[in-house]
Amino acid sequence: MNPSVVRLRERFGAAIVRAEVGWGETNVVVSGSVLLDVVRYLHDDPAERYDYLSDVTAVEYRDAGLPLEVVWHLRSLPYRRFLRLKVLIEPGAPLRVASVWSVYKGADWLEREAFDMFGIVFEGHPDLRRILLWEQYKEGFPLRKDFPLRGRFSRSEQLVQALAANPEARYSMEELSIADAFEDLPVDMRGRLVRGEKTGE
Amino acid sequence: MGLTSRPQPDVITVDPSSQDGWVTTRLDFLVNWSRANSLWPMPFGTACCAIEFMATAASRFDLARFGMERMSFSPRQADVLICAGRVPFKLAPVIRRIWQQMSQPKWAISMGACASTGGMFDTYAVVQGIDTIIPVDVYVPGCPPRPEGLIYGIMMLQQKVMRERMKDESLRVEMEPDPRSNLYIPPSVIDELSEPFGNSVNQTRSSV
Ligand code: SF4
Repeated sequence: MNPSVVRLRERFGAAIVRAEVGWGETNVVVSGSVLLDVVRYLHDDPAERYDYLSDVTAVEYRDAGLPLEVVWHLRSLPYRRFLRLKVLIEPGAPLRVASVWSVYKGADWLEREAFDMFGIVFEGHPDLRRILLWEQYKEGFPLRKDFPLRGRFSRSEQLVQALAANPEARYSMEELSIADAFEDLPVDMRGRLVRGEKTGE
Repeated sequence: MGLTSRPQPDVITVDPSSQDGWVTTRLDFLVNWSRANSLWPMPFGTACCAIEFMATAASRFDLARFGMERMSFSPRQADVLICAGRVPFKLAPVIRRIWQQMSQPKWAISMGACASTGGMFDTYAVVQGIDTIIPVDVYVPGCPPRPEGLIYGIMMLQQKVMRERMKDESLRVEMEPDPRSNLYIPPSVIDELSEPFGNSVNQTRSSV
């Protein structure tokens, strides 16, 4: 077992729900209220130094009675350790957990992806919007077990909505990689980009 | 477009009342011959089929034999859009804009099962065939099609081009969505989109 678990238990007591080893990796289930403190401690403490957040994701089981798990993969490059943190969200409870963006800036897109696919709201995230699907996507959260494989709308409706998404009106100039060409753009296009006009709702 | 049965190359049907004059047919032939042998592809490679498309363009299969070695990464200068790979719904407006930026005459090849029908990806995220977004001339089956398959599709497209008649204006008609719907993109916006990137400002859609 990863030696960090002992120190986590000493420090956070009952908030560390359980810890187990599976396939040589340590999984620690913590209660959602202390998550941010646990992550900050693991990142900052000189004896831990988990300086790399490699993934934020979630697991929903087919059995409706089982809780949904939000998962953080932490890696300590100096000590060569790997630790998996989990927060359990009971069925029916709101899907809200703390964002670790204030500790790891790399959590930005990882949390957006988990939000996009599962609808988990990361409290404290600066810019929580869809990342893989387009922003106006209305059908829900595709990796949830209640989501039908083909989506909720008919194929024609899906196509109409996708075609109406109007990408150049939604993204910033950096995202469209035309920031360098800004001076050469036609005047009215420049105007629309500067005003940040959003169409295609 | 729809699927029509392929005409038999060796069977000639004659309808004297619909014949064109000698000059017209020769001119058609000349124009079609030059078009068919210099189809510049706009590669729209989104997935594994694109790897096979690269193999087709590389030296062993050598697209240059068909006058297609010049990949046109500006849609303004492309003649044939080759969609190699699956198109997710998020890319649907992109491929549509690329198609709208291409100037006439233009053709489209749908390469592989995914581009033609969605293939095995019958899911919430994937367009079930790009012919729901743009008109397609040739469908190449396979997952992925071998380079020979794609070349066969290209040769079919060349045959199709050779049979075009200038007189037939319906070939160049583009169906636009209802201007009141939010699917409609005015030609001026299409021009504006590609203007900073193209190397010729006169190749805009509204100037033709
Ligand atoms: S048809 Fe097959 S090879 Fe081509 S994009 Fe689809 S899965 Fe990939």
